[in-house]
Amino acid sequence: MNRYPLWKYIIVVVSLVLGFIYTLPNFYGESPAVQVSSAKATLKIDESTRVRVEEILKSAGIAHNGIQLDAVGVKARFATEDIQLQAKDVLEKTFNPDASDPQYVVALNLLSASPRWLTALGALPMYLGLDLRGGVHFLLQVDMQGALTKRLDSTAADLRIQLRDKKVRHAGISRDKDTIVIKFNDAEARDKARAVISDLQRELSLTQADLTLTATLTPQSRKEIQEAALKQNIATLGNRVNELGVAEPVIQQQGADRIVVQLPGIQDVAEAKKMIGRTATLEVRMVDESAAASGVTTGADVFPHRDRDGNVTQVAVKKQVVLTGDRFTKASSTFDQNHQPAVSVELDAAGGRIMRDVTRENLKKRMAIVLFDRGRGEAISVATIQGEFSSQFQITGAFSARETNDLAILIRAGSLAAPMEIIEERTIGPSLGAESINKGFHSTLWGFIAIALFMIVYYQMFGVVSALALSANLLLLIALLSLLQATLTLPGIAAIALTLGMAIDANVLINERIREELRAGMPPQGAISEGYERAFGTILDSNITTLIAGLALLIFGSGPVRGFAVVHCLGILTSIYSSVFISRALINLIYGRQKKLTKIAIGQIWKPGLTATPIDGK
Amino acid sequence: MEFFRIKQDIPFMRHALKFNIISFATFLIAVFFLVTKGLHLSVEFTGGTLIEVNYEQTADLEKVRGALGKAGFTDFQAQNFGSSRDVLIRLPLRDAQDSAKQGEQVMAALDADAPGATARRVEYVGPQVGKELAENGAMALLVVVLGIMIYLAFRFEWRFSVSAIIANLHDVIIILGFFAAFQWEFSLSVLAATLAVLGYSVNESVVVFDRVRETFRKVRGLSTPQVLDHAITSTISRTIITHASTQVMVLSMLIFGGETLHYFSLALTIGICFGIYSSVLVASPLVMWLGVSREQFIKPQKAIEGANADGAVV
Repeated sequence: MNRYPLWKYIIVVVSLVLGFIYTLPNFYGESPAVQVSSAKATLKIDESTRVRVEEILKSAGIAHNGIQLDAVGVKARFATEDIQLQAKDVLEKTFNPDASDPQYVVALNLLSASPRWLTALGALPMYLGLDLRGGVHFLLQVDMQGALTKRLDSTAADLRIQLRDKKVRHAGISRDKDTIVIKFNDAEARDKARAVISDLQRELSLTQADLTLTATLTPQSRKEIQEAALKQNIATLGNRVNELGVAEPVIQQQGADRIVVQLPGIQDVAEAKKMIGRTATLEVRMVDESAAASGVTTGADVFPHRDRDGNVTQVAVKKQVVLTGDRFTKASSTFDQNHQPAVSVELDAAGGRIMRDVTRENLKKRMAIVLFDRGRGEAISVATIQGEFSSQFQITGAFSARETNDLAILIRAGSLAAPMEIIEERTIGPSLGAESINKGFHSTLWGFIAIALFMIVYYQMFGVVSALALSANLLLLIALLSLLQATLTLPGIAAIALTLGMAIDANVLINERIREELRAGMPPQGAISEGYERAFGTILDSNITTLIAGLALLIFGSGPVRGFAVVHCLGILTSIYSSVFISRALINLIYGRQKKLTKIAIGQIWKPGLTATPIDGK
Repeated sequence: MEFFRIKQDIPFMRHALKFNIISFATFLIAVFFLVTKGLHLSVEFTGGTLIEVNYEQTADLEKVRGALGKAGFTDFQAQNFGSSRDVLIRLPLRDAQDSAKQGEQVMAALDADAPGATARRVEYVGPQVGKELAENGAMALLVVVLGIMIYLAFRFEWRFSVSAIIANLHDVIIILGFFAAFQWEFSLSVLAATLAVLGYSVNESVVVFDRVRETFRKVRGLSTPQVLDHAITSTISRTIITHASTQVMVLSMLIFGGETLHYFSLALTIGICFGIYSSVLVASPLVMWLGVSREQFIKPQKAIEGANADGAVV
């Protein structure tokens, strides 16, 4: 009756072993490390960077505990923080000889100190939230209306040019809030314009009244503009954050129009804010061929250009600006007619006209796209003009798909697509974080000990089993949090404590039920079996109601509430498993094999004969 | 060891009316405080800036206030937080442009006139965020209430679901009433605690209702109050032990968790204490007033041929 088949025991053992393995990294703590990653999208980190780091450290006589290369960059571990700081200085000096123009991000980081086989299994320590590790958190609101207005303004300018090109006379084009209003003197011009606009500007929908055309953006294109604006802002922020030297920055979309930026370890809010608000500009200029030939660069500007092999050359370009970044409407990586990776660029109508004139006059000459960021220019693309083109063109070359992608991002990074505003800001000092971890840990520890002691005294052997099941619950919960890499915050730690406090309910229910069955005169084996069976329905019901509350918090909560809800929900799942399944397995193991079981250690059973019988005379 | 040696069913239902009057009175008091005093909402909801600074020695609050006043801040609060060396400064929202910089301005003002402060935490919440949080909080509450009601109606009977929700919403109002009466800070984590309590104390009602259903099915000839009395009495030891265990954990948070978890655990404490009372002594009488009876549980057994003889078991 109280025996589990072998496979159930195997499940219990396997789950506990897995739980143990994935909890393990949390005990090893973290070791100081220095991380070298690229500060520029054009610069790649690969095996050669790893070798370079190794050699630099070797020649400086700094001992390390391993150097690894991953998707982020090269990471070197060190025994102590002193060595870590030394190593950072050395690496910083060698990788960025010109401190005003950093090519690499050399940042302090903490790496899991767990052995390599654990890391290979994907077992990592829990991911701590900013409130526990310290750092800066920004929530930025993207001004979508601003993005739309900007687009409408440039579209209105385009329309003026396009109508003039097609020789359609109009009596004025203006933007009025979310619409562009075009006035005409006669119906013929209006109809002609209508045809031209619907042909050239697919993103506009037109309505007409008398001699006016009113153009609005179609819902589809509004959506596209907003999505593109958000993406571009995220990409731009990514580039800028790179230069702050943060080891693990988080830049994520939140909701339809918000961006979360989290910079662990950064304390200088002012600097971080300045970085976020900075604007970069993009300029298209012609390469000064005479200067390039003669080497005399007076009268020309010289910018560094990193070619695809990573070599930096100096390019002399004319001072005259052909186009600025705000003329670029799109840049994306694509494939040319020969199926080679290329960057497809789109300019607005005004930009297209200029480009057509320039390319006609400068065939076979070189054109440079220069990105100015923090007052420094860098030629991100130098290409030969192969033919006359206007608003749509491609930049081709021996690019890889990844390179075209990076170049497209760089071109788009020229400006933020839409203005942003900081609507939430949080700075947490590192000492506060450490203190919070400590406090959360102690709350959980002492609460756990108190509950376990009480259970053991009150329910004896069954109490020991309950306490073990509760420990298994804690183990599995932490393993699950580590495995999912869910962000652990202080409310999350509180949820761990609370979940444990609530989880014991299931075992109390079971134990009380067993006592009750014994009181009613049932033999021990039967009482155990009945107790578990009967309690299960109740346990399920009560946990599901708790889970409903947890899920609602997860869906509607944000920030600290969500941190609480994630742990709470996971905790409910692990607690059903451990308090019912694992505790039963233990009880079966202890008592299940004894055929003539006459007594079980569940504490004293007091028998008053508590039964539900009708009381006479009531 | 056995704490609860109850010889016969305790006649709780004989006092049903008294219990309901007591709960109604507490409920009214809570509502009174909520209306007259209102909740002391944290920066997360109202928007504004929160700065926690730490001094090496005991912080001189007067000096801090003086420094801020001199720097042109008017409507601010400065108080100790956790220890005498930590000071928490709250600033209300000003116009958006200005607010984002308040943190830096405050630190500059302190450096000038009350030196030695290091910022431990700066939080700025814009006006858009606060409103949204309040709306989301209300939505979460609504979803929890509806979700639990639907589940209980499906698993038990509509009478149970209605009484469980009334009983537990009354807990929520009482928690809020405490926060309003004592002007404790109502933050996001307190909201989380409140909703967690809602889910948790429904448990309590579920356990009792489970027993009610089982007793109705198994024992014939009992009046409804007797069934309820039996159900409450036979689960009371579990109720008290479980709540005590959870309370021990919460107490541990209250003692060791520091200032940040203080109000969180306080909300849970109130929730747990009133949770026992309301889910047992408020929900059960309500079920009785709503007219629960044996017939409601016998029918389905006849309808489903070959169902498990013991309907109480899943």
